[in-house]
Amino acid sequence: MIRHVILRVLSKLLIPLIMLFALYVQFHGDYGPGGGFQAGVIFGAAIILYALMFGLEAAKRAFPPRVLEFLMAFGVLLYGGVGVAAILEGGNFLDYSVLSHDPVHGQHLGILFVELGVGITVASVMATLFFLFAGRGRADV
Amino acid sequence: MIDVIHIVLFTFLAVIAIAIIRLRDLFAAVMLMGIFSLLSASLFTVMDAVDVAFTEAAVGAGISTILMLATLSLTTSKESRLYQRPQPLALIAVLLTGAALVYATFDMPRYGDPAAPIHHHVADDYIERIDDDIGVPNMVTAILASYRGYDTWGETTVIFTAGVGVMLLLGGGRTVYRIRRRKDGRSEDGGSAS
Repeated sequence: MIRHVILRVLSKLLIPLIMLFALYVQFHGDYGPGGGFQAGVIFGAAIILYALMFGLEAAKRAFPPRVLEFLMAFGVLLYGGVGVAAILEGGNFLDYSVLSHDPVHGQHLGILFVELGVGITVASVMATLFFLFAGRGRADV
Repeated sequence: MIDVIHIVLFTFLAVIAIAIIRLRDLFAAVMLMGIFSLLSASLFTVMDAVDVAFTEAAVGAGISTILMLATLSLTTSKESRLYQRPQPLALIAVLLTGAALVYATFDMPRYGDPAAPIHHHVADDYIERIDDDIGVPNMVTAILASYRGYDTWGETTVIFTAGVGVMLLLGGGRTVYRIRRRKDGRSEDGGSAS
């Protein structure tokens, strides 16, 4: 994809901002609208925009499919790991109150990690889905 | 004023839905579906469900449009023309079901009714306890991640499973099936994962 200069320049400008916004949505989800799922989708959209503009191969070099595969599972395990950590601290599964000396602080901590797990899984699944769809047939999608 | 916005948005939704049904050009239909999602997101925003609107705008208008377009690039963007005889029985079934659904809505509580059962089962309890228990300003996040942590974990697993399913179906490019030629000319599948 050599043409579409305006689109390429604009998306070069936009992709970092989109990723930054995804991180904002991820970590500001406790205070404003949003959370792990929305942040993951936005981050995945940034990866897809990169793949659309600069080619699938460049996107796969930046976000290797093997790493994405690992992250897909890692997010789910991070979520479950918070639950197991709660059990080890003497509470019930996914009972974040025992994670810290102060129950409210423990809840904050638990929600932060749980949402991070959701975000990681969603972003890597979205990117992987696009890579798989675009990887079939025409190579220049 | 808010009613006017509702009516305008719902009218647009209905018009776009009819247009999508009647279009033969799948590319245009996909674009219209993206617009449909964006309008739904505006509707959710007007209804103060910003978290849902956020998701609808990102997933419905963004990702699924892209995935649909990727699918179209693999197949074709024209719907093939199939002649179907008019089916009166199907029409009657659809009309009856539709009428029953509309009739059922008469029993539903009015939109935004504070006395509706949905607002009084566990919601009161959550709203009362949330400040002491969790202390997170965004109640939606608190409920989804903490009170309903099991459900959200299940949803994350669903997304993971969907990703794994697509990888298995479309081939992650890792499993290489070599076709070994035998001497008699027939081929034999020899699967090997690398």
